[in-house]
Amino acid sequence: MSAASLSSSINVIRSASFVSDKSALVSNARPSSSSSAFLGSTAKLRFNPLSSPAASLRSSVVAAAAASNVVKEKQPKSSPSGSHLLITKEEGLELYEDMVLGRAFEDMCAQMYYRGKMFGFVHLYNGQEAVSTGFIKLLKQEDSVVSTYRDHVHALSKGVPARQVMSELFGKETGCCRGQGGSMHMFSKEHNLIGGFAFIGEGIPIATGAAFTSKYKREVLKEEGCDHVTVAFFGDGTANNGQFFECLNMAQLWKLPIIFVVENNLWAIGMSHLRATSDPQIWKKGPAFGMPGVHVDGMDVLKVREVAKEAIGRARRGEGPTLVECETYRFRGHSLADPDELRDPAEKARYASRDPITALKKYMIESNLASEAELKAINKKIDELVEDAVEFADASPPPRRSQLLENVFADPKGFGIGPDGRYRCEDPKFTEGTAKV
Amino acid sequence: MAAAIFQGFGASTALSLSKSFDSKRVKLPFGRSLSERRASFVVVRSDGRVVSDSCRARKLVTHAVATKADSAAATSASKPGHELLLFEALQEGLEEEMDRDPHVCVMGEDVGHYGGSYKVTKGLAKKFGDLRVLDTPIAENSFTGMGIGAAMTGLRPIVEGMNMGFLLLAYNQISNNCGMLHYTSGGQFKIPIVIRGPGGVGRQLGAEHSQRLESYFQSIPGIQMVACSTPYNAKGLMKAAIRSDNPVILFEHVLLYNLKERIPDEEYVLSLEEAEMVRPGEHVTILTYSRMRYHVMQAAKTLVNKGYDPEVIDIRSLKPFDLHTIGNSVKKTHRVLIVEECMRTGGIGASLTAAINENFHDYLDAPIVCLSSQDVPTPYAGTLEEWTVVQPAQIVTAVEQLCQ
Repeated sequence: MSAASLSSSINVIRSASFVSDKSALVSNARPSSSSSAFLGSTAKLRFNPLSSPAASLRSSVVAAAAASNVVKEKQPKSSPSGSHLLITKEEGLELYEDMVLGRAFEDMCAQMYYRGKMFGFVHLYNGQEAVSTGFIKLLKQEDSVVSTYRDHVHALSKGVPARQVMSELFGKETGCCRGQGGSMHMFSKEHNLIGGFAFIGEGIPIATGAAFTSKYKREVLKEEGCDHVTVAFFGDGTANNGQFFECLNMAQLWKLPIIFVVENNLWAIGMSHLRATSDPQIWKKGPAFGMPGVHVDGMDVLKVREVAKEAIGRARRGEGPTLVECETYRFRGHSLADPDELRDPAEKARYASRDPITALKKYMIESNLASEAELKAINKKIDELVEDAVEFADASPPPRRSQLLENVFADPKGFGIGPDGRYRCEDPKFTEGTAKV
Repeated sequence: MAAAIFQGFGASTALSLSKSFDSKRVKLPFGRSLSERRASFVVVRSDGRVVSDSCRARKLVTHAVATKADSAAATSASKPGHELLLFEALQEGLEEEMDRDPHVCVMGEDVGHYGGSYKVTKGLAKKFGDLRVLDTPIAENSFTGMGIGAAMTGLRPIVEGMNMGFLLLAYNQISNNCGMLHYTSGGQFKIPIVIRGPGGVGRQLGAEHSQRLESYFQSIPGIQMVACSTPYNAKGLMKAAIRSDNPVILFEHVLLYNLKERIPDEEYVLSLEEAEMVRPGEHVTILTYSRMRYHVMQAAKTLVNKGYDPEVIDIRSLKPFDLHTIGNSVKKTHRVLIVEECMRTGGIGASLTAAINENFHDYLDAPIVCLSSQDVPTPYAGTLEEWTVVQPAQIVTAVEQLCQ
């Protein structure tokens, strides 16, 4: 009990600095009894189905309370007049389009996987779109995103063309990594998507390094304009990994411009978050390291966006990192190879009813931000875009043999000197990909 | 992480042979005539086959690839140069590169204020500031990953493992990220990082601090590995590693940090891919690297007194092998002895044996002999430890048997 009150008091202190101008963005000083009602899978959870965003604001779900407060203040649900809206029409349409793209793309991936167009482990993002869209659509191109094995949608949100992502999944030469990466290794230097990390937690240090570079550029190289931030996405399972804790420590120690975003979908494959984690409230680990920890309803893109705005702003201003826990849910199995038999159908149904896309759509229409027809048009446009991506990927050639030995080393001298005294990369067979190296 | 890492200092006196062995070396005339098949090969690059009076390390080699041996090359007497210890040579290389390029930075445990456990980064934090010489928490996995992330986004970090063994904790980052990420990203991201630190069997440091990790790292794709053995090559390899766009693991040996040598005042950078001819000879090719170079040279003295003329090559590049220099030597001597401190199973020697058999089998008059350290966790007791690694007497015996 005393430990609990200590940690919440730290959080209060931290949260005060985090939301200097907002009242209660950081979930703080929650009654300790709330932990039992937190995040539940199945029996422990009492989520009121969200019939509309407004309903979610009224809901007394403790876990989402803090972030909702802001929303509540800003948006009197009785009169959603323009001045009180959380987003402009353009912003709303952009968010909607991005989420629909994520969903449609992933659904298409499932189809293509079952049709034998892509192979290996394919992890789909369905249900979690509000997190990717809520954060990444606030970023600049120069900002970096580090993702996990569930990375297609982060790539799309960051601006990597659907054609390139689909083509990568098809293992084609026109893929964003020339077919050398695959589903779990999406990269785009142009869009500063710096992976695509297939193992749990390994992306977090990389993200910390990218954030270190931003600080280094500003302070050592004196690039005054460098206010680039890095967003690292990972799941609830990763939050039990040492790299998570090590990097929270380093990031706060050096006040690095990074946002740690936990996509807590309650399940690490078949391991329930509650069975794996001594204190399931991951956001609390922020204050333990001296940084703000925020919990937000990850099924509500507008709430995610509000929190993201604060956290990104903080990082840009050089005020350091933030830990954001987004409570979300994946609508499909862990990967397409997962029969998803373990999760309780009632739990799945509960979250399915809180579909973030449906929720945003309702909000937009009820707030007169968009008409049904406008949103339908977006759906149609995205369907065409995804269809086009498939056609593009299908028509693209597979990588040629000559590609095999390229990109092993940035400097191909790394292949060394052959018996003839020449560098192996100078051998014509090397460029053909047939050299013995 | 480590309590006992300082024993390397002062413990290397027995190994401070670099000055004596090459200057006192007896130069023997070629004992054998060149066979026809050997004559058909022309050495274009390495100075290996040219008999010169000195170890290459004594000469100014600004660009080793282009350098030919020159018997008139200056000795240490006529070239002023300056004398320093191996750890100081590493420091000098680092400092020069940090002066040259502001993107070069150092991170690791105690590299900053403390100056590095073996003082390789001594004084650098004061000169370049705490951000360029970053003291990290004890979190190998994460600060190595951080270095990789920094490298991907434009910096050129040097990550120090306080002891190479600690980098086992960062193995995933070194393998999956350092080694593979350039490839998996379709060539989009480069990882110009140097991972370096003290390794090898020291003086009774116990198993965990006496690791032979070359074998662990060698099959990671996309990584180059070099081992330094003299102040001269330590500095030149350090600079080359920093300038390379590839991730490079630079192996230093705990017992070699206090080796003294005169090195040129002028700037030089060595090739990461080239072997170093230590002692040209005719009868047998001895391939070695790092600390074992000194055991080999000790044995070579005995062998020379017994009438043998061994050719000693410090392979230096552990991955990839310089098959040209090695091949030329094999074609000359037809006999190969490998002496390494690495583990016997899956070690550098095993890979080298395979490479030579594949490429130069026809030139061999005898099976390759490989002396590796024993496949045991390095014991603490001095006697047991000594029996774990290859000793000069074993090398002498092996050569005698090989040349029978």
